[in-house]
Amino acid sequence: MKTHVETTINGETVECLIDPSSTLLGMLRNDLGMTGTKEGCGSGDCGACSVVMDGELVCSCLVLGVEASGAAIETIEGVADRDQLHVIQEKFLEHAALQCGICTPGLIVSTKALLAENPNPTEEEARYYLAGNLCRCTGYDKIIKAVMDAASAVQEA
Amino acid sequence: MVAVTYHAPTSLDEAVALLSSSELPAKVLAGGTDLIIQMQKLVTEQRLIVDLKKIDGMQSATLSDEGLTLGPSLCCAKLTRRDDIKAVFPGLVEAAYLIGSSQVQGRASVGGNLCNASPAADTIPALIANRAVCQIVGKAGERSVPVESFVVGVGKNCLEPDEILKAIVIPHPGKATSDAYLRFIPRTEMDIAVASAGASISLDSDGICTDARVAIGAVAPTALVVEEAAQKLIGQPINEAALEAVSQAASDASAPISDRRGTAEFRRHVVGVLAKRAVMAAADRAKEK
Repeated sequence: MKTHVETTINGETVECLIDPSSTLLGMLRNDLGMTGTKEGCGSGDCGACSVVMDGELVCSCLVLGVEASGAAIETIEGVADRDQLHVIQEKFLEHAALQCGICTPGLIVSTKALLAENPNPTEEEARYYLAGNLCRCTGYDKIIKAVMDAASAVQEA
Repeated sequence: MVAVTYHAPTSLDEAVALLSSSELPAKVLAGGTDLIIQMQKLVTEQRLIVDLKKIDGMQSATLSDEGLTLGPSLCCAKLTRRDDIKAVFPGLVEAAYLIGSSQVQGRASVGGNLCNASPAADTIPALIANRAVCQIVGKAGERSVPVESFVVGVGKNCLEPDEILKAIVIPHPGKATSDAYLRFIPRTEMDIAVASAGASISLDSDGICTDARVAIGAVAPTALVVEEAAQKLIGQPINEAALEAVSQAASDASAPISDRRGTAEFRRHVVGVLAKRAVMAAADRAKEK
């Protein structure tokens, strides 16, 4: 039996009928067609599916879709302002902080959450905060450079 | 993933009624970081999921002169941001901070960590060191169980099928008392304890230990209280001889297994080192209070 879920995603009210065993990740991708959020491990280890739920960074694979009822969800689709990229996205491009790109939406969502909580992180703080976002291509160096540069850019703005 | 029937009751009575009348095997949902993974492994069975997070008090934390009343479903990220709690129970907050990634912290809770009852659960030795008590409610009424008796085996807690952990209550440690929690992992982040130790230490104005409690994790099926370590400390200054006795007592109390993350011999040694260092850290903090 399907369950009705009403939630807010990137500021817009969204309604859908989902299988109650579906994760929030499954609901976003399969029921709502919002495929910006990626599935990596499906077990909360890789961070590819990171979203912000009621102000907390979470792995959407570790949340049931029904738990999103009444919550406010922020996904990668809400990071850019229409065709205007967010500074974090610009810095990821500028520093070539991606190769295959599967981890990128999760890293950008997590970086945004990091800078909201700690606008001026040290490199060590950034590395610890982002330890739950795995990247198998870059070796992280370019990602951290992009994150630190984005933090500086936000500070100056 | 297993087929799920989901309920999010708004009162404990309603939750207990759901659990006690369910024809399906029922599971209580807090943060879900363990439960959802466990359910993914089941394919043919059905489960009733009772989400406790909508119940008043389950996600709150109240600190008073009496102590801390912790809503079991409060996520670790919210707990670790509470400077008032960190000031009184720095070791407990450290333990909560060590669980998983930033993302996992956004969901995982101390109550869930406790109920999941992993031998390597980070918050359990820290809770035991602080004499935390579980308040439980079920069909038969309420009862209180100290944390060290709440966990009864690997992945097993003492809750009856109709019972819920409604609060974790930690008495206020008072003046010149503080705690610490340490674990060993081969990586620097995102790992599970190979051995761990929590300690709470009280000192008088001369630096003599007036009360002590040491608990160890990941070296037995459940976290253990090391009474012998406390006895070696009480009445003594925190000196090398006392610390060596703590280390020996913790190693002797441990009953570890060998697995791919560490041999029994290594764990037995390391848990002694961690117990000693946790006592030193707690004592240093107690002095500053």
